[in-house]
This record gives sequence, C-alpha cells and structure tokens, in this order.
Amino acid sequence: MIEKADQIFVLLQHWLVSFLPAGLQPVAGVLLSVVVIVCLFPALFALAVWMERKGLGRIQNRLGPNRVGPFGLLQPIADGIKSLTKEDIVPRSADAAVHFLAPVVLVVTVFMGFAVLPMGRNMVLADMDAGLLFYFAMGASTELAVFMAGWSSRNKYSLLGAMRAVAQMISYEVVLLLSSVAVVMITGSLSLTKIVEAQNHYSWGLPHWYIFTPWGCAGFVMYAIAATAETNRSPFDLPEGESELVAGYHTEYSGFKFALFFLGEYLAMFSISGLGTTLFLGGWSAPFSWLGWVPSWIWFFSKLMLSIFVFIWMRGTLPRLRQDQLMNFAWKFVLPMCLLNLLVAGLWRFMGDGWPRWVVCSAILVLAYVGMGWGEMRRKHFGARSYRYAE
Amino acid sequence: MSVVFYLLAALTVAGGLAAVMLKNTVHCALALTVAFAGLALFFLDLDAQFAGFAQILVYIGAVAILVVFAILLTKGSETPKEGVYSRNWLAGLAIAAGVFAVLGWAVLQSARVLPGPEGTPTATPVVTVLDIGHALMGRYVLPLEIVALLLTAALIGAVIVAMHEKEGAK
Repeated sequence: MIEKADQIFVLLQHWLVSFLPAGLQPVAGVLLSVVVIVCLFPALFALAVWMERKGLGRIQNRLGPNRVGPFGLLQPIADGIKSLTKEDIVPRSADAAVHFLAPVVLVVTVFMGFAVLPMGRNMVLADMDAGLLFYFAMGASTELAVFMAGWSSRNKYSLLGAMRAVAQMISYEVVLLLSSVAVVMITGSLSLTKIVEAQNHYSWGLPHWYIFTPWGCAGFVMYAIAATAETNRSPFDLPEGESELVAGYHTEYSGFKFALFFLGEYLAMFSISGLGTTLFLGGWSAPFSWLGWVPSWIWFFSKLMLSIFVFIWMRGTLPRLRQDQLMNFAWKFVLPMCLLNLLVAGLWRFMGDGWPRWVVCSAILVLAYVGMGWGEMRRKHFGARSYRYAE
Repeated sequence: MSVVFYLLAALTVAGGLAAVMLKNTVHCALALTVAFAGLALFFLDLDAQFAGFAQILVYIGAVAILVVFAILLTKGSETPKEGVYSRNWLAGLAIAAGVFAVLGWAVLQSARVLPGPEGTPTATPVVTVLDIGHALMGRYVLPLEIVALLLTAALIGAVIVAMHEKEGAK
C-alpha cells in the first residue's frame, strides 16, 4: 500500500500507456510525462502567485487579494483570463521577430530544466549521466532570451534592464556552478538521481543530507544567494527595479507575452528551488527515517514550496541592493568563499570518518567568513551620507 | 545518415549562413547562436553528452552573450549604409576554405587512428562523462592545469588592461 502510494504516478503512467501498441509505448510515456510537467508547474505558478500576494500583504499589513473566490483563491484565474484578452502591443520601432521570440525562448529553456529533476522515487523524465550539466546548460540559455527581450524592444529602460540582468546572471552563475561543484565532488556523479540516492541514508533516524555538513551548509547558503540573483528576485531584482527602470527588460511587453515572462520567472524559481532541494536538501527523501512511509513526491514538493515561501519572505523583508554592491558581493565575497568551499569539500573527502573533519572544516569556513567580513568592514568608512549626481 | 542528421545540418547551415548574410549585427549574433545550438544538438545526436552540454553552456551561455555585449558596447549595432560586406571578402573566403580543408583532412585521417578492429568504424566506443572526468584528472591532468593557468593569466591581464583604461579616462 505504502509502496503503491509512493509510486502512484509511475504506476498510473504505465497503466495509461499500456493501452497503446508496444511500439508507441516509450514515446507515449515520455509525452505523457512532458504533458504532466507542462500542466503541473503552471498550476503551481498560480498557487505561488496567490501565496506571494497574500504573504506580501500580510507582511505589509494589508489583506492582499480577497474579492475573487474564497480568500481570493480564484484571483490567478481572473488574472490569466485578463492577460489572455488584453491587446498585444508591439512598439512600432521594435524588432518584431526577436520581440516575439524572446518570451518563447525563455519559457522553453526554463521548462527544459525540469526534465532532469527527480521529483520522487523513479520520477524523473530524463535520467541522464550529465543531468546537472544539462540543467546548467539550459539555465545559461535563458540569459540570451532576456537580452533578446531587452534589445528588441528599442526602449532605453528595456535595454538597461536587460544589460543589468545579463551582467547579474553571468556573475551569479559562476557562484551557482561552483557551489554545486562541491556536491559533485563528494558524490562523484553529475547524475541528479545518484546525488539524491547518496543523501538518502539515515543514522539515528536523522538523514545524511548535504546541508548537515560544514561544506554543504556553506554551499547551500551560497547556492541560495546565487539562486535568488539568478531568478532576479528581491533583494537582487535590479533588472526590473520599478523605481528606476519601469519594469526592466519586459517594459514593452503586454498581454499574453508579459504573462509568459511572469510565468518564466516563477518557473525559474521552481526549477532552481527544485535543484537546490535535490543537491542539498536530500531531494525526495524524508527528513526523519520514521517518516519514510510518506510518499516521496510529497517531500519533494513540500521542500519546493518551502523554498518558494522563503523567497517570498525575503522579498517582503529585504531592501534592494545597489548595482555596485551587487557586483562586489558576487566577485569579492561569495566567489572566494565558493573557492574555499571547494577546498574544504576536498579536505572533507580525504580526512575520513570521525569527528576531526567536522572541527577542521567548520573552523576553516567560519574563520574565513569572519575574517573576510571583518576585513571588509574595516575598509568601509561610514561617515555622513554623500550624494553624487549624474553629470 | 538519418533524418535527424539532415534536419540538424539544415538548421546549422542556415544559422551559419544567416550569421554571415544578415544586415543587422545583433541579428547576425543571434543567428550564430542558432548555429551553435545546431552543433550542440549534433553532439547530442552522436551520444556525446558532455561535449553537447559544454557546447551549450560555453557557446550559448557565455560566448554569444560576450559577442552581443561587445556589439552593444562598441556602438556597432546600427547598420552601416553601404552594407556589411567587407571589400576583401575573397581573401576571407580563401582563408575559410583553407581552414575547412585542414579540419576536414584531420577528421578524415582520425578515422584510421581510432582504436578498434580494422574495417569496423561502426563500433563506436562508449565514452561516459565519468570516463572523461577520469581522463582529465588522471592522464591529462598536466595539460588541464596548464590551460587553467593560461586562462587565469589571461583573465588577470584583461582586468589590468581594463583598469588602466579607466584611470586614463578620469
């Protein structure tokens, strides 16, 4: 029974596919999985938008959507109908072809990333040897879509937003990759299913997730920072800083194309949270061994929604960074820490079992963090606020 | 030679041709990206996962962005009135043909050097990502380190050049 509940979607897929002739079965199975992914995540997107608006409302002492349906739950549907029926405006001087292609390329590349995420036991669309590499390859392609959107709009705000977005995504992609490399070093595989399996052990009822090791904890913090920047979320939402750039690279998009950008942003959030869950939070494995009877997919999606909640929480709490702060933070603080973390992960691997490696690895990371923070603070001169104006 | 091969070949060649023939420089860069993507799909079609994904990651994720940035930062995105064809295109064609000939010759020669029984070029060796990793970290670790050192030196050099320019502008 427990086994069946765990594998319910896999069994359902096999049952549905079994009606077809044997030659078509593999293709039909893949197609079915693709359809499920393409339907499920936009549904989650609607839920997440509602959660975000309600949560932000709560943080800012207001109610949030509360008119459409109970607790405003039907608001996303109303928004969806609205964006479908709105006029699609393309600026006269815009580059029509590239302007049209940009949102399509964005959503397609973001959707591709879901193909390698293990969403439960045996629930992965394409179990590749180089799954992590595939994910990052797809993630890198979204930058081009953002640039296409900004450039083709022929609008200074769009172009500035796109340049900011691309610069930011390139800088933080280095951090994202390097913080994940530590996991690959310890697991010895680029396959995401193998990474989850490596974490799916328990001692004294507690899981062996990578976040519960010194290098994993540091890696997860840096991964989370890079993921926030990569998805252009607050406090790294400079590319669409409303007070400066109207809406950044999607200023000139309206109607359904804008909805696609909105969808793309949330899908990127889902997929990067899913990858973080897989790499550091044990993927679909249960947090305690006595909870092993709960179906694996429930754990994956719980962890995913928890990450989304943290994203929303941060957006409601933190102010936006300045462009120079953003770049300095990436290249002068997070990147050196990432490189150090790689060394620590190597040390962890070769020091063998036992308590010394816990002490040594934690000490190195904490000392480096405190030392670098102290050094940076010493160099800063906090005086009266000074203003610089554009010439 | 399957249908997939011809489709990919058409896509890649079309992307390459568009990159040369289009008027707008940014369009050319985007067309070049299509050609890169076609090449990556070729690698995937040949079961070379690592090469394929590395191609996407490096060429679409980094090189294409770099090209586009360079175009935008050098005010070259406006189309010149007299067109974008260079006057010495004949020399360019000759050089391109020469490079193509050398590469083609090298590829044809390499078929004989491949390990395996004589006359059975169809028996392709299975190379996993794990094998590539072992090879890079074992037998080829010295070349890898030398390349890494070279790239680091290039990076530092680029930063120094950029810093110097900024001081002069002030």
